[in-house]
Amino acid sequence: MNRAASLAFVVLLVSLPLWMDNLYFLHVLIVAGIFIVAAMSLNLLLGFTGQLSLGHVAFFGIGAYASSLCSLGFEIHVWGDTTVSLAPKPVWLSMLIAIVVAGLCGYMIGKISFKVRGAYFVIVSVSFAEVTRLVALNWIELTQGPMALNNIPVLKLWAPGIGSIDIIGKVPNYYLVLAVAIFTYVIIRRLVYSQAGRAMIALRENEPLATSVGIDVTRFLVLATVVSAALAGLAGAVYAHYVRIVDPDVFLFIYTVTMVIMVVTGGKGTLAGPIVGGLIFGILPEVLRGFQVIPEVQWVVYGVLMILIVYFLPEGIVPAVRAAWRRRLDRPGAPPTRPAVAAEAKP
Amino acid sequence: MRAAASTSTPAAPAPGAASVAPAADAPVALAVTGLSIRFGGLTAVQDMTFEVREGEVLSLIGPNGAGKTSAFNAITGYLQASSGEIVYRGVSLRGLKPNQIAAHGVVRTFQKTSVFGGLTVLDNVLVGLHRRARQHPLAIMLGLPSIRRDEVRLREAAWEVLRLIGLEARAGETAVSLPYGELRLLEVAVALAAEPTLLLLDEPAAGMNPAETGAFMALLGRIRARGVTVLLVEHDMKMVMGVSDRIVCLNQGRIIADGPPAAIQRDPQVIRAYLGERYVRAQG
Repeated sequence: MNRAASLAFVVLLVSLPLWMDNLYFLHVLIVAGIFIVAAMSLNLLLGFTGQLSLGHVAFFGIGAYASSLCSLGFEIHVWGDTTVSLAPKPVWLSMLIAIVVAGLCGYMIGKISFKVRGAYFVIVSVSFAEVTRLVALNWIELTQGPMALNNIPVLKLWAPGIGSIDIIGKVPNYYLVLAVAIFTYVIIRRLVYSQAGRAMIALRENEPLATSVGIDVTRFLVLATVVSAALAGLAGAVYAHYVRIVDPDVFLFIYTVTMVIMVVTGGKGTLAGPIVGGLIFGILPEVLRGFQVIPEVQWVVYGVLMILIVYFLPEGIVPAVRAAWRRRLDRPGAPPTRPAVAAEAKP
Repeated sequence: MRAAASTSTPAAPAPGAASVAPAADAPVALAVTGLSIRFGGLTAVQDMTFEVREGEVLSLIGPNGAGKTSAFNAITGYLQASSGEIVYRGVSLRGLKPNQIAAHGVVRTFQKTSVFGGLTVLDNVLVGLHRRARQHPLAIMLGLPSIRRDEVRLREAAWEVLRLIGLEARAGETAVSLPYGELRLLEVAVALAAEPTLLLLDEPAAGMNPAETGAFMALLGRIRARGVTVLLVEHDMKMVMGVSDRIVCLNQGRIIADGPPAAIQRDPQVIRAYLGERYVRAQG
């Protein structure tokens, strides 16, 4: 049942550009998809290890900047006449570098979190995001600061039989994002259903008990942070080569908040949660805009919906639906089986 | 609960407990020497010295606040000792982190019921099996077949632990939904899954009814039959006297007696500090 539903969902997504010719809606889906990848990566930390990273957008922004800068090339003065320069690299290589750079930053933050947990981890992660934003804003020689990095090249892929394809425009980018999202989902799913995932969940559920059976808490917290940061960096790189302009606003706190909302409303600690939350909160603003609602009201509706979900479904949508489904199956004479039971009882 | 009640009669000593008692000259497993623990001006444990021999069940008893749990925490790395030595099988445990100490085969349970509440009983045990897992993170992310084989192997090991503890009927249930007695059994299951050679149990029978305590004593017999050395902190005297090879009695951070159960029951200092005259008269 579950498997059939997810297969149907993937088929729906794959076939979507074939029958959906509204390019604007496709754009909305691409951006929502990129945020869903970032939200899934955040969920690995927030949902499974239980550590709230309120600076998650930093990894997203680092991915976007690293990939843009590698594909554009740069030259910076270190001191005196010494310069460091990088010739433009192919986009696929730049994206790989972005993943590695974001992962290394995740490693650093993970190592710090060895000392700090809970509220202190939140503060460290928020500060980290703010520092990266200030660097992007003020290191003008490297990042162009508020003038932004422009004309970022697009990803070129090579496929046997077809030759070279430019990932430019809505439909190719839609498929790229879909592929990246499936890749992210598979990586996280494999981790969660392994001993590494159980170690992360054990850390969330009961840290002293987890260490008492030999789990090296730091090791698994660092692993979760590195994978999470690398995937967020991948999302940032895809974003950069899709919109083709990156400015320091990619580090805005509101994007972290958006990711957290997606994870928490969808259901943290569930694989499908960030996808459900991401589809709702990624598409909702555009739906409201379609109804000619003024921006202020859009945000009010957004906020009210979020509060309602968190208030009535504190565990999130996915766990609530799952529990309701189970109750339905457990209860004898539940709606789906009632006709059969009634027919039996008649004679 | 049902399983617990049917396994054993309440007051019977653990089957097998006496029959596998180690020789008095068994090698020393854990040696605690001159252990002191101070919190600021308060001395929780003072100059504590005792040994646990391979394969024996040693109980630490004493009034509340005597320093039993502090000693436990120091041995398992949850608390830094102020001075003294803790050596297990020739390796000093002082300064090691709890997970490193677990890697040396020293695993504990907690005084306050401590399980992974949101996980199923089976998953609790699977977490406990962590030390037996052979899964590299890269292999996991690549989805290599070795990971699937390892998962199958771990699941088999988890079921074996559940059968030993008698919780296999509960495998699919969420830990928080278990009744209290089974919750305490699950704690032991998680600890046992970590393959201890020395198991430290902190008041496992606290809050259990007599039937549950009896079943627990039987379980202790099965655990020691597997060659696991046990260090027990417990207030239930029926259980302590029934399962222990030796008893160390603490009072106000100091050891006041050390010997077999029969000697401890007669020791005037122990009676004054802990057992009370009435207990001794009741034992007749």
